[in-house]
Amino acid sequence: MNNIFKYSVFVIISLVIITGIVLPIPNIPALGDKARVLYFHVPMSWISVVAFVMSLWYAVRYLKTKEITYDIKSFSAAQLGFLFCVLATATGSLWAKFNWGSFWNWDPRQTSIFILLLIYGAYFALRSAIDAEEQRARLSSVYAIIAGITMPFFIFIMPRLVETLHPDPIINNSGKINMDTTMLIIFLTSLLGFTLLFLWVMNLKVRLELLKYRKSLKQA
Amino acid sequence: MKSLTVISENLTKKYSGKTIFAELNFNLSYGQSAVIVGRNGSGKSTLMKIVSGLISPTAGRMRFLRDDNELDREFVRTSMGFVSPYLNLYDELTALENLRFFSGLKSGKDNSDDEKLKSHLQFVGLYERRNDEVKAYSSGMKQKLKIAFSLLNEPELLLLDEPRSNLDRDGISIIEKIAEGQKEKGVLIIATNDEDDLKLCEMKINIEEHKK
Amino acid sequence: MKNFLRNVRIIFLKDVRSELRTRYVINSLLMFVLVTISIIRFAIGDEKIEDEILTGLLWISIFFSASGGLARTFVKEEEKETSSALKLSASPTEIFVGKLFFNLVLTFILNFLILILFILITEYNIKNPLLFISVLSLGNIGLVAASTIIAAIISKANSKGTLYPVLSFPVLLPLLLTVINATKLASAGINSAEIMGEIRILVSYTVVVITVSVMLFPFVWED
Repeated sequence: MNNIFKYSVFVIISLVIITGIVLPIPNIPALGDKARVLYFHVPMSWISVVAFVMSLWYAVRYLKTKEITYDIKSFSAAQLGFLFCVLATATGSLWAKFNWGSFWNWDPRQTSIFILLLIYGAYFALRSAIDAEEQRARLSSVYAIIAGITMPFFIFIMPRLVETLHPDPIINNSGKINMDTTMLIIFLTSLLGFTLLFLWVMNLKVRLELLKYRKSLKQA
Repeated sequence: MKSLTVISENLTKKYSGKTIFAELNFNLSYGQSAVIVGRNGSGKSTLMKIVSGLISPTAGRMRFLRDDNELDREFVRTSMGFVSPYLNLYDELTALENLRFFSGLKSGKDNSDDEKLKSHLQFVGLYERRNDEVKAYSSGMKQKLKIAFSLLNEPELLLLDEPRSNLDRDGISIIEKIAEGQKEKGVLIIATNDEDDLKLCEMKINIEEHKK
Repeated sequence: MKNFLRNVRIIFLKDVRSELRTRYVINSLLMFVLVTISIIRFAIGDEKIEDEILTGLLWISIFFSASGGLARTFVKEEEKETSSALKLSASPTEIFVGKLFFNLVLTFILNFLILILFILITEYNIKNPLLFISVLSLGNIGLVAASTIIAAIISKANSKGTLYPVLSFPVLLPLLLTVINATKLASAGINSAEIMGEIRILVSYTVVVITVSVMLFPFVWED
């Protein structure tokens, strides 16, 4: 079962990479071929948010049950989320360099992902500053929740500060999708592929962390 | 009012997977007293902190019953006294201010009864120094003040962790007086290795026997 | 409820008395404010700085002064091992709210001092003072709300001093962005109707953070 899962992730992502690069792309004004980044950049951003929400959810579960497994899951989700967040930032700024002229221009979207990076960073800094396991689990869960509830405020704040230049091809203001069918299919496949990849790595990561934890128990 | 029972149900504490004690049970009712013994580092203080509610056990629970009615954490705040080496009072406040502060929080009354507090200070022999800041106290005097703190609000459950540390002869006789008195007011638990303390209590809990 | 407010008051008054006696926080904070303001003064020299930039500088001073002082209330209880006695005598919510009020008073005193010094040394021109003060106060309350729970978290961690700015910045950012924008507009003389949106964000941020803090504080406070 696990193997089938693993190979299908491989096949899907390979397909996305090949078709994403080879297949022609409709002419979008001011974007052109550079629009291909959306096949990779958007799934990364999506996963970094999903992982953050997962981490939060497990943090709440931990506080409710005090089961250390939930803390391990919360931490694993945060680590993977951080990785995908870095990837999203990197793919995003590469694209920004060629489209907006510089790697970083404090566009609201860039600011949002920067804040997400900061929260992840602060969360790891806090974890490394606490020795006792249970206390580490408890305090970092609380911090994740506090940071999590302040995030939605950016949705209201950002539009007030600066107009974003970030393209919004998936769902724009009029609420309709303006990708052509081929693009949409590749994009959705990519989203699926990377989400499955995340779930697979997450599963591995949690199992690894659990083994490490049990090993540390035996040594104690 | 008169039938407090303190029950420890399968208390287990682990730190990072290391078992401090496991499946520890005892049952103390009004008028009974117990002494907790064990080597240094065996977990006496940890057990005392769990009984007081300062830290939570890994498994099992502490229960407090009065006339078969389950008491909540509010009981701990209002009717428990605790002397512990890990519990300090405020250095920058005077002895009287410290007691006023804590009795204010515990009593639920608007005006603190200064006469009562002064009699507590007189009892532990700190009355003359009541208006000195605690930071000027010697460690023995601090211990005496902690004892006065633990007696605030006439506790039904009194926990004494190494009560004799740094005490002079007067202090030790105070401890003995309190221990005797507590058996008429409620439940007493002492954590110690001191031979003299062992004589004060009728029950003995050896933590070494609960290491699994 | 009556007991709750009474205990909150007792804890608040205890902290005030301790603080007045030791001047643990106040002294270092005053020096911090003086140093920050002097650096800004020397950096500006005789230049005429735009009010927009001055607003930014004002909030930089406020954020870093707060990071020097607000964490102390909980850190001190842990360092001096007085937290156990407190824990045995009052409920977590009473303790949290008492400390929150103490921090609130401390920050208000501090920030108005910063503001006064700021106006004295720069040519900071506030065109709508009433609105400016209201927005600044709202910002203060939000700042204290988020700082207090973070102070409680770091009081249990190892590297307390350096951790505070790291943990508080991402949480405070929505507040800081909004309040900087609002004070900037207020100093430019806008009327209150035009920054209603900002005010709404400030109020809801504060309410949300305080509510969640009160719910989560028992988890931080227990051992």
